[in-house]
Amino acid sequence: MTTEKMHFEYPVEGGNFSKAGYPSSQVKKTLKQLNVDGNVIKRTVVALYEAEVNIVAHAYKGVIFIDIDTKKIIIKLVDEGPGIPDIKKAMEIGYSTATPEVREMGFGAGMGLSNMNNNSDKLTITSEVGKGTNVEIINYFPS
Amino acid sequence: MDKEVNVQFHHALKFREDICIGCSHCMNICPTEAIRVVHGKAHMHANRCVDCGECYRVCPVGAIIVEQDDFENIYNFKTRIALIPAVFTGQFPESVGSKEILEAVHDLGFTYVFEVEEGVEFLNERFNEYFQNNKSIKPLISPFCPAIVRLIQVKFPTLVGSIILLKAPVDITALRTRKTLMDQGIDPKEIGIFYVTPCAAKIVAVKSPVGEEKSVIDGVINMNFLYNKVFKILRQKKDKTEIPGLSPLSGKSVCWSLTHGESDHMNQGRSLAIDEINNVIEFLEKVENEEIDGIDFLELRACDESCAGGILCPGNRFMTADKLRKRALRNESDPDNHHNSIENTGNTREYLLDNCSLNKVLPRSIMKLDDNIAEAMIKMKRIYEMNGILPQVDCGICGSPTCKSLSEDIVQNKAEIKQCIFVQKILEQNDKLDISESIKIMRSIWGENVLDKNSLKDEINEIN
Repeated sequence: MTTEKMHFEYPVEGGNFSKAGYPSSQVKKTLKQLNVDGNVIKRTVVALYEAEVNIVAHAYKGVIFIDIDTKKIIIKLVDEGPGIPDIKKAMEIGYSTATPEVREMGFGAGMGLSNMNNNSDKLTITSEVGKGTNVEIINYFPS
Repeated sequence: MDKEVNVQFHHALKFREDICIGCSHCMNICPTEAIRVVHGKAHMHANRCVDCGECYRVCPVGAIIVEQDDFENIYNFKTRIALIPAVFTGQFPESVGSKEILEAVHDLGFTYVFEVEEGVEFLNERFNEYFQNNKSIKPLISPFCPAIVRLIQVKFPTLVGSIILLKAPVDITALRTRKTLMDQGIDPKEIGIFYVTPCAAKIVAVKSPVGEEKSVIDGVINMNFLYNKVFKILRQKKDKTEIPGLSPLSGKSVCWSLTHGESDHMNQGRSLAIDEINNVIEFLEKVENEEIDGIDFLELRACDESCAGGILCPGNRFMTADKLRKRALRNESDPDNHHNSIENTGNTREYLLDNCSLNKVLPRSIMKLDDNIAEAMIKMKRIYEMNGILPQVDCGICGSPTCKSLSEDIVQNKAEIKQCIFVQKILEQNDKLDISESIKIMRSIWGENVLDKNSLKDEINEIN
């Protein structure tokens, strides 16, 4: 019984902000149907939404792979984009590549990655400049 | 997750099988997909229904009724109190003053008549305190509309912790009234408090409350019933009666049950008011995804135009709302209107402070497919499989509101895939189903009469 697994894939279009949020909406619905703890659902949805918006904002395109088993959810976000030159620095609270103009509008506060980090049990980011970024989020379900 | 409540749910909406024609209008409108058609009659899934009353609005034959206590029950009590919501006064022509309306209610046999919204000023203060003490929860959601509280319990279980744990104005006014009378030495067993309700959800809130053991209210009177009685009295009335202890409402209190009634008076942060249940569902989906930022308070009401649009309100909801706003302006400009918060004195206030909170609201998700996650996954996969076969027309001929809900019903052993008319036609083409069996299936959904072979005898040639 414990070998039950589910897999979903969602394409992400760079620059299409109006469509962002669909994958997190679907994942939320699935986790609710699976009777997963409400707090875990919340954290997962926040981390996923943040990661998706990063692709939309920075990359050309990407794919989100969702794998769920009875113990955890693994979210992989693979994008083709500019990549992150210094991941360690990017994780710092307040670090942002946004211009002052963009920041003035309320975007690019440099909370994205740390917010993702706070809402995942395990966060792994690998990146190649000029090629793209891979993000893996793992959240465990309390038994 | 929090422990979930598991009891049989009480509903104020009842389906009368003897009247129901099985037209499925109610099934198609229900926002929580709580209705199915079986043997030509609408059936309610009690755990899904939130008593919003959308089905009642669309039923073409009046087969959906709202339960109601026998009016004579008021005579079980020596001291009889009627609690009248301000929207009631908005049902009558503007030439009839609110005082005359309340006097007419008094003449029906009540010892005292109070307006529900007398508790508003007290409650508004508590709301603002609550914000101070719960700054980490954003947004906080108003507990005012019982249909919305139940909607959150069944459809948005992760948001139950956002519901403000304070009672409704009617409970505050009822508590205040009971306490005041007891202080005058009246035996609590002789006090009967009756609430005049604009909707079904408020009945359920009294009969099986969420967040408290037992309601402080003894009985419910449906507004349309009282409207007829009061109208008759107003038409025949000659002499004036004075009702003891009635104080005029503040403008804020008059409008409290209308859209923006609460949100306009939260003095901290940013508030938003949303009415009509489908609008609320759309917005809560976004709140749940944390896509909504910077909102501190949400006033959510199941009916369009909030309580003015309650299913038991006989008047037009837009006119009612407008009349109440005018009444509020009149009250505010009246120099004699002090509208003190009625509970400002002595031990009544202490009593209310001790009794105005609700217990924790627990989720009762209709979303979960199974308590066991592995079982839930197996079911979910089967639902995807089934849904892949179905045509996505959402015609409702199967007796479930959508293809998706039929898939779920099949997997939960409440329906069969052969109930789909498209699946039937495909099976028939492949000689896997004969006509007599498909007719049998259709009769099991829509009843014997609709598919009676002899019913169109004369018309059949014409059709051909």
